[in-house]
Amino acid sequence: MLEFILRRVAQAVLVLFVMTLLVFFGVHVIGNPVYIFASSECTRECLNDIIANLGLDRPIWEQYWLFLGNLLQGDLGRSFTHGVPAMSLIWQRFPATLELATAALVLALAAGLPLGLYAGLRPDSPVSKAIMGFSMLGFSVPIFWIGLILILTFSVRLGWLPAIGRGQLVEVLGVRVSFLTLDGLRHLAMPSFTLSLIMMSMVIRLTRAGMREVLHTDYIRFARANGIRESRVIGVHAMKNILIPVVTVLGMEFASVIAFAVVTESIFSWPGVGKMLIDAIAVLDRPLIVAYLIFVVVMFVTLNLLVDILYSVLDPRVRVGGRTR
Amino acid sequence: MSLAPLPHAPAARAGFVRGFLSVPSAAIALAVFVAMSAAAFLAPWIAPQDPYDLMQVDIMDNLLRPGERAWSGMTHWLGTDGQGRDMLSAMLYGLRISLIVGILSGLIALAIGTLVGLVAAFRGGWVDAVLMRIVDLQLSFPTILVALILLVILGRGVDKIIIALVVVQWAYFARTVRGVALVESARDYVEAARGLRLGSLRILFLHVLPNCLPTMLVVATIQMAQAISLEATLSFLGVGLPPTRPSLGLLIANGFNYLQSGRWWISVLPGVVLLVLIVSVNVLGDRMRDVLNPHLGR
Amino acid sequence: MAPVLDIRGLRTAFATAAGDLHALDGIDLVVNRGEIVALVGESGSGKSVTGFSITGLLPAAARVTAGEVRLNGIDLRALSPAAMRSLRGRKVAMIFQDPMMTLNPVLRIDTQMTDALRAHLPLGRAEARARCAAALAEVGIDEPEARLKMYPHQLSGGMRQRVAIAIALLHSPDLVIADEPTTALDVTIQGQILAVVQRLCREKGTALVWITHDLAVVAGIADRIAVMYAGRIVEQGPVDAVLDAPRHPYTRGLIDSVPASHPKGQRLPQIPGRMPTLTELPEGCAFAPRCTRRSAACAARPDPAEAAPGRWVRCFHPLPGAGG
Repeated sequence: MLEFILRRVAQAVLVLFVMTLLVFFGVHVIGNPVYIFASSECTRECLNDIIANLGLDRPIWEQYWLFLGNLLQGDLGRSFTHGVPAMSLIWQRFPATLELATAALVLALAAGLPLGLYAGLRPDSPVSKAIMGFSMLGFSVPIFWIGLILILTFSVRLGWLPAIGRGQLVEVLGVRVSFLTLDGLRHLAMPSFTLSLIMMSMVIRLTRAGMREVLHTDYIRFARANGIRESRVIGVHAMKNILIPVVTVLGMEFASVIAFAVVTESIFSWPGVGKMLIDAIAVLDRPLIVAYLIFVVVMFVTLNLLVDILYSVLDPRVRVGGRTR
Repeated sequence: MSLAPLPHAPAARAGFVRGFLSVPSAAIALAVFVAMSAAAFLAPWIAPQDPYDLMQVDIMDNLLRPGERAWSGMTHWLGTDGQGRDMLSAMLYGLRISLIVGILSGLIALAIGTLVGLVAAFRGGWVDAVLMRIVDLQLSFPTILVALILLVILGRGVDKIIIALVVVQWAYFARTVRGVALVESARDYVEAARGLRLGSLRILFLHVLPNCLPTMLVVATIQMAQAISLEATLSFLGVGLPPTRPSLGLLIANGFNYLQSGRWWISVLPGVVLLVLIVSVNVLGDRMRDVLNPHLGR
Repeated sequence: MAPVLDIRGLRTAFATAAGDLHALDGIDLVVNRGEIVALVGESGSGKSVTGFSITGLLPAAARVTAGEVRLNGIDLRALSPAAMRSLRGRKVAMIFQDPMMTLNPVLRIDTQMTDALRAHLPLGRAEARARCAAALAEVGIDEPEARLKMYPHQLSGGMRQRVAIAIALLHSPDLVIADEPTTALDVTIQGQILAVVQRLCREKGTALVWITHDLAVVAGIADRIAVMYAGRIVEQGPVDAVLDAPRHPYTRGLIDSVPASHPKGQRLPQIPGRMPTLTELPEGCAFAPRCTRRSAACAARPDPAEAAPGRWVRCFHPLPGAGG
């Protein structure tokens, strides 16, 4: 087990290193940020000042080693536009993104599991076909378009929900969250639903497929043959088998939800890291872009590791590995 | 347990096309897709105006509601946008770009992915291991993120978004083709061909590749829907296509600013076209999967 | 007293695109209290479908279309699903073929056992556990307390089948339907399992329907035997009488094709052809196309006839009985 974890960590570190290379040099090729800072009257000298200020005059390798060294100390440079450390900006914005993504995850499970369950139990009913049609839409329709229609319907036409921004915040355990206030929930409703659609579709499909497969197994027949109540057969005996793939996929998808939050956040002007990235791209705030990418990559690798561990907790066959057979 | 095996209903092998179209939704989707493609490629001839010819567009005609008449007396059946462009024409041209980007990127990714997949499957060993590690790594990152990074680096442009879409797609094809090729290589007819000492390239192209085609066709169709959707998303975020070549995604983005003031048609109409396009391609892909290869699950 | 199980004219159909196909076509079977009946046939003959028709656990595409199934005189077909559930596990239990598949891989043994126990008995946790441990001990599992905490994959195949048997017998049901419970096991384990089931059923007075294709098993365990072919019971009677002097040509063929029953060195006789599938069943006797004794009469459907007391044969040209 320890060897397994160590190997995974080593792999993760290698991936991270490669990603820093790709991200740093990739972003370095983008247009010259000097011209963004230089006003039209800027002379040669003024330009050189800016270049020195930003550290752009040093050789690119040196810049990379500097970047890597600072990275290890958690310092990803200063944002060109905000003038503050990029990492602190990210930490400042990340709770909003995390709240949005978590709300989406909860919504995906809360709606996806029962819907998938129903579709799996009654695959031929019209309701199930409607559910599967909905999940196909959720998969294929771009989420910005769904967000747009939601805004048009619930904000512009009906005026029920605010179209942009994050609602009133309250502090819980040192974290400022919005889901505990009514205003916060009203702001959270549309963005989180929009973001949850892909995950929800996935949960529906996985649950339905899992249910259909599990229902044909001998152990479910055996449970029924023992007179165990149908609610328990489905809810516990079948469900526990279905949850394994669902949790695994969701765990891996969670990081990609945070990536997709880029879209959701820009539609609803949600003040998270995704919106920050799009804004940073618009003005070519290089340290901020790099910091965001590194941050997401680290999160990815960590999440994948966590999913593996969670998976082994859920599935006893994986946990004990080769011990018995 | 030995429950009596269910006897199979006589398989309807009445040809691929008839099997394909026996489901009404597939027939409708095919008709819609063909009609949309035709409209898109004929856009320069059938569009009421060239929305990017400044001589034909009058800013005075901006923000007309669907069905309103312009100064020139022309009726804009689907309204006009903020610059006075005819929406119907803009959508036809936008559809054209969305389709071109989707199909072109899909084809290039298909070619690259197929090559990599076949090489991995046929060479095996470390070549296979390295290639598949790269594929795994690539697939472990969300497509939108990879595309976003690339476009930040490359900048805007039709060519650039095609490159980005190829990069995010090739790995899917590579993995699928490798999987199918490995299965096919193990089949008797390939063994037989090897026994006849046919060259590996010949075996590859004459025997293995044709048998990978059905699967590739399915994956390509589903990928095309994904590519169109992704391009629209990226253009909407302002990192995809330049404003001079607006695809459906960019049209929606342009209209987004007018949404709050109730001018829904500028955003919603291209959105509907995009939606119908993506859904019909997806229905086609699903149906193709059912007909060609029922085991290829998602 | 009513027999434990009384099946009359049972027909079970699978719904297919080509219409209803009858996997069971008129089954008559009586099982008395404490009796062990072997249901013998090739795969596809409808043995398992019979078992699931009794317990009401047929797959979604299948349903009972005609006939009666009585358990202790109660008409099971007339019962509501809830009433049927309350009988399952308590009055009639099942054991399946593959112990690797019968136990839920992600639930511990104790969860699966106590669930089955508490489905019919309002027991506290501790008491339920104690009863489960006792039940495991009864089927010959040592350290039952420790086994209870394990997951199925931590147990061997034979051990899992013992657990499944312990679960099936938790409520001392009147009838156990065992669907080839030894087929998937090693030969040495097979004998042990056979012995455990036989002993427990005799002790508890449980009637047993043992579904199998293995005639050697039948001789060792059963009181009576019913031979199935293509959805019908073609012959039934006391096990020794049937095995010694089969009356139906199919039973004869089945017995002759068992290697042990045949002199060494000679070619093993085989029944020509194969069992028809449900789509290609002939009008009359289903065995006729493979039968050496067939005649024009076999184009009609034979009904079961009592050839001797307790012996039923479904054949127009039965083999002569012993001494006749």
